[in-house]
Amino acid sequence: MSKATPILSLKNVSKVFAGYRALNDVSLEVYPGKVLCLLGDNGAGKSTLIKVLSGFHEPTSGTLEVNGVTAVFKSPKDASNVGIATVHQFGGTFPLMSIGRSFFVGAEPTKGRGIFKRFDKKYANETAVREMQQLGITRVTDGDRLIGGLSGGERQASAIARAVHFGANVLILDEPTAALGVKEAAHVLRIIMQARNKGVAVILVTHNVSHALTVGDHFAVLIRGEKADDFAKGERTREQITDLMAGGEAMAELERELSTLTGTINQIN
Amino acid sequence: MSTQVKKQSVGFGSLIRRPEFGALIGALAVYIFFAIAGGAPFMAPGGSASWLNVAAELGIIALPVALVMIAGDLDLSVGSVLAASSMTLAILSGFYGLPTWVGIIAALLVGTLIGIANGYIVTKTNLPAFVVTLATLFAVSGLTLGLTRLLVGSTAVSMTADPTTKALFGTLLDGKFSVAIFWWLGVAVLVSWILYKSIFGNWIFAIGGDVISARATGIPVAKVRIALFAASGFGAALVGVLQTCMYNGAQVANGQSFVFNSIIAVVVGGVLLTGGYGSTIGVILGTLTFAIVNQGIYYTGWNADWAALILGILLLIAVLTNNTFRRLALSGGNKKEKKN
Repeated sequence: MSKATPILSLKNVSKVFAGYRALNDVSLEVYPGKVLCLLGDNGAGKSTLIKVLSGFHEPTSGTLEVNGVTAVFKSPKDASNVGIATVHQFGGTFPLMSIGRSFFVGAEPTKGRGIFKRFDKKYANETAVREMQQLGITRVTDGDRLIGGLSGGERQASAIARAVHFGANVLILDEPTAALGVKEAAHVLRIIMQARNKGVAVILVTHNVSHALTVGDHFAVLIRGEKADDFAKGERTREQITDLMAGGEAMAELERELSTLTGTINQIN
Repeated sequence: MSTQVKKQSVGFGSLIRRPEFGALIGALAVYIFFAIAGGAPFMAPGGSASWLNVAAELGIIALPVALVMIAGDLDLSVGSVLAASSMTLAILSGFYGLPTWVGIIAALLVGTLIGIANGYIVTKTNLPAFVVTLATLFAVSGLTLGLTRLLVGSTAVSMTADPTTKALFGTLLDGKFSVAIFWWLGVAVLVSWILYKSIFGNWIFAIGGDVISARATGIPVAKVRIALFAASGFGAALVGVLQTCMYNGAQVANGQSFVFNSIIAVVVGGVLLTGGYGSTIGVILGTLTFAIVNQGIYYTGWNADWAALILGILLLIAVLTNNTFRRLALSGGNKKEKKN
């Protein structure tokens, strides 16, 4: 863990909303070219943590460091300026815009000068399609197609391609596989690995343990706003992680309860 | 293989899936309908002028209103803005006898400022634009009526524009075609440039599509929305100027019909009520459809009341078509959703 400076680190971060402690003393480190999986059940504080990392919320206490230097994010713009990009569950893009146009929202390429300065649609479309193809989305060849016409995986890919194109060095993916089928999810995981191989630090937020285990280098488990565990690849088994996420003993109890239930059903049969 | 996919997406299949195509069918259908029902007089230059003149005035208002709606807002205040600006021109240049151009600049300024006020209130309070602009519709209408009575002592003011201004804003070419048609063309070119060629246009689509994501990419969302309301106010004021120069005066009740007519033109033109999608060609077609029905009815010999019925039905069909388009566009490629 001590080999390189983390590109992004959280030091004892807490976030309190009107008396409710959504995050409590959480410390994390994210390294370039590594995938950090943030695991946790619904309401564990994953979303709050993402919002702190992407500049939507300022932490109540604790600090953020970018490349070892303390940073304060007053707005999402501050976070994106240092290369932190967030991709939401449905790709966070504009469904009724074309692939080329949505790819460059807020950073439109132009050609011409003065009053003839105009949106360079050809460049936008070509770049967007090329970046998506580089992530293995070969089905998309026309930048004029609407984002809404893409599959869930392709939308994720377009959002990830966009982030990588604009020089993101920390990519936060919020439940990218939650709404996808098995094949599509596998494709998104492959894209995550490609981003990782390009040297991007990836924070993968998920409650799907097998997806996390497939791509993760490092794992952190959140329970009720606190970091319950923090371990590297291979240090825990799948069962240990699932138990931890569900709250350990509670899970064993549930299993016992369920087994009596199935027992009853078997008796009926 | 890849070129095949490309061809498919720009072919007929994707064309008919665009809402503008519905607007084109609608415009053609009503034209053919009234060409048959109205006969030769409808198709003669005089007949064409009658609906083109109506379309021009409506179109100058509908195009900027369409931009507001693509960005996800709504502007109902255009009716009162038109009345306020035409009154400003008539009072300044007619009642007080100032040069016509002074009155015109003041009128356009009044319209733009009301638009900015709309935008400012909407973005500061986060209230729906529907409510805010409904409030301005009434407030400005009351203000115009009150001030006009106070200053002039009547509700109608006459004005004679100087010859140059009259030629630019208020003449009929060949005794039939209003110069407003050329202003409409100009506004159409300008709005198309803004929407498709400028960076600003991309921001409009993005704000209407997903305002939170748009803000996250650094787009100055509030400024864009205020600018669009200002443009809408300017468009309504321009029509106020055109009408005042054409009819040599203004009345306080002018323009109220544009409130809903502009929305009908925009929606029939394929702009989604939810924002995020729309096209200038669609809005132009929607405007033409409205004007053809509105004027064509007089050539049929039927009671003009039936025009409103046709427009109502067209509006309903258009909203249904647009909704279907939106659903298809949002679920495209996702087979799970299609089953619903």
